[in-house]
Amino acid sequence: MKLDILMVGVGGQGTVLASDIVCDVALSAGYDVKKSEIHGMAQRGGSVVSHVRIGEKIASPVIPVGCVDILVSFERMEFLRYLEYINKSTSLILNSGRIHAPGTAGGEEEYPEGYVEDNIKKFNKNYMIDAFDLAEQALNRKVTSTVVLGKLATLLPFEREVWENIISEKVPPKTVEYNLKAFDLGFNA
Amino acid sequence: MNKRVLSGNAAIARGAYEAGIGVVSSYPGTPSSEITDNIKYYDEIYSEWATNEKVALEVAIGSSLAGTRSMTCMKHVGLNVASDPLMTLSYTGVNAGVVVVVADDPNMFSSQNEQDSRHYARFAKIPMLEPADSSEAKNFVQKAMEISEKYSTPVLLRSVTRLSHSMSVVELGSRKEIEKRELEFNVPKWVMVPANARKRHYFVEDRLKQLQGDLNHSLSDFIHEEINDTDIGIVSSGIAYQYVKEALPEASVLKFDMVYPLALERIKQFAGKVEKLFVVEELDPFIENELKAHGIKVENLNRSIMGELSVERVNEIFSKNGYCNKDYKSAYEDINDKLPQRPPNMCPGCSHRGIFHAINKLKLFAAGDIGCYTLGLLPPLSAMHSTICMGASISMAHGIDKGSQGEYARKSVAVIGDSTFLHTGINGLINSFYNSGTSTVIILDNRITGMTGHQPNPATGISLKGSPAPKVNIEVLCRGMGISHVKVVDPFNVEECLSTLKEEVAREELSVIITNRPCIFADKSVVSSPYYILEDKCTGCKACVRLGCPAILWDSEKRLAFIDETLCTGCGLCPKVCKFDAIKKRGE
Repeated sequence: MKLDILMVGVGGQGTVLASDIVCDVALSAGYDVKKSEIHGMAQRGGSVVSHVRIGEKIASPVIPVGCVDILVSFERMEFLRYLEYINKSTSLILNSGRIHAPGTAGGEEEYPEGYVEDNIKKFNKNYMIDAFDLAEQALNRKVTSTVVLGKLATLLPFEREVWENIISEKVPPKTVEYNLKAFDLGFNA
Repeated sequence: MNKRVLSGNAAIARGAYEAGIGVVSSYPGTPSSEITDNIKYYDEIYSEWATNEKVALEVAIGSSLAGTRSMTCMKHVGLNVASDPLMTLSYTGVNAGVVVVVADDPNMFSSQNEQDSRHYARFAKIPMLEPADSSEAKNFVQKAMEISEKYSTPVLLRSVTRLSHSMSVVELGSRKEIEKRELEFNVPKWVMVPANARKRHYFVEDRLKQLQGDLNHSLSDFIHEEINDTDIGIVSSGIAYQYVKEALPEASVLKFDMVYPLALERIKQFAGKVEKLFVVEELDPFIENELKAHGIKVENLNRSIMGELSVERVNEIFSKNGYCNKDYKSAYEDINDKLPQRPPNMCPGCSHRGIFHAINKLKLFAAGDIGCYTLGLLPPLSAMHSTICMGASISMAHGIDKGSQGEYARKSVAVIGDSTFLHTGINGLINSFYNSGTSTVIILDNRITGMTGHQPNPATGISLKGSPAPKVNIEVLCRGMGISHVKVVDPFNVEECLSTLKEEVAREELSVIITNRPCIFADKSVVSSPYYILEDKCTGCKACVRLGCPAILWDSEKRLAFIDETLCTGCGLCPKVCKFDAIKKRGE
């Protein structure tokens, strides 16, 4: 069994915490797991990416190009930056919601809607959800990443209960209830 | 279950705990900062942020002398600062063990260079361990301590960004209780006057020979031999080993946990078992050159010595040399340069923005330094013109002054942060004062060490562990030196910044200007309700847009500026540059 998952988003969305949760879930299911991300100046509005690798024994913590099994994009356009990593069997989980880049907010640059539509087709399977809307149903946009994890959980061979236990351990205690609701909404989306 | 998924840094912290380390003194530096930021949670370990890496290592040495296992953690350029005590610590040896953790940054993700710190091991004639994942990172701290005490030597433990910030599985253990040693009185060992030092040099050379020999016996488990296909034999260590295992799973591999000294006998034996011997390492051909110097035949791979390795690069290097391998090809082209970018920037509400705006307006040359404020180089502020190393801003501004007989001192400033100033800026300032310099030094006191992850420093009044601490007053410090012209300005008062800067730069005497607004992460109470722009008053002059704040955006259709209120922290800088009174605060 091998699972190479690329998780991408905008700084501040909770991508890093979400990828931490995936790692702990995989570990508790008995797999070897490695994760890689760069903590550069990508925080606060920059692009962030985590490589999560699950299997019997993982060597490199970085997924080689063309090897991603599932690309999880917490924002509508961010997956476009990582097309080198996918192959013809890759699945896409995509939050349809937008976060503007500095250039697109006022129209100086166009939000790459055309590229989004064209490139979704490159994926073997794609699962688009309005994670912002679902997050707002649970609490607010802060739980967007947990909604997306709910969707991801439907594609992975780990028990739902394990996901919920680990989410409960890792999110701030006062937000456990909202995160579990967000997870549920994503799971059933 | 005692297994956790930990980052390399968190694993090293755990390793310090399990190895019975009693004292850790460090200075923040990406990618090493989180090691000490994790160690602070262990009550059993005294831990502190030191003013700089030299001080940090000296504290560790003192603690070792007093009989307690000690550690210091730094980034690669930090080791340059600590290299003075390190080079002579090699001669004195240790009492209780000393481990120096250095985190290199291949590809310079957040550094000024990508120096290969393995050279320090050879330069100082001390051993270096290089872990290949988080589990080894944890276990090697204990191993390093054992070697340190057995051979009386500091031991370098080398990480890289890819190891420090990647996570892998670690099995937790318990803390070793170490018998405390006594304060060591041994003048011939510890006082390095020439007569004593000459004798210690013999000790250094003997120790190296002994280590080298022991790598074939008692230390033989620092080398791992995997014999598979014998067409290719690869010598590797650290994270490069992981790339080799994935790109060339059938190759025979000799993995080193200790990269200096090298187990030359073992390599010769391994070379005899394979047809061709290769070395796979990142950055400088450190291992390769050592092998060649000892007459061991190594195949030439024509590898670039710059940047990181990866599974794909290792694969490519071997394919180019005619060894067939897997094909890491992407099915699709990278289109990132066709997409809107999300560039790094100072945060909305950053207290540096005001002074950079003034520097830019006055067209001054800014000799800069290392911190969040280095981002001042980015357009539209474009207010930084040199950055080399910690503390250099002040000394370089003095050099600009003396190198132009004062002419360019009327057109330049030094820009330095609070933590950087206390690191090594003070020495430069004393130098400028003592040597009658006329430069203008701007100290950006935002009450935090920002870029490395919001750590406290001596001017913040808070310790590493978050408790109240004695607070250095930077203004009093500068006046105490004897400097006459020390001014404190509000970086959000645009008029004050401009007039003070103009006056002090023109002055033919040394001046210090201190800005005093806290970082929004140092003091969250400064975040208040956002501003918004009145469409009917905005003329589209772009004065606010030119502040480069991420919350101020430009509507290209309406040709007006507007504010993203979810990003705005209400700092109030932009209304001060608006000549049309078009920017208002919500709720007022």
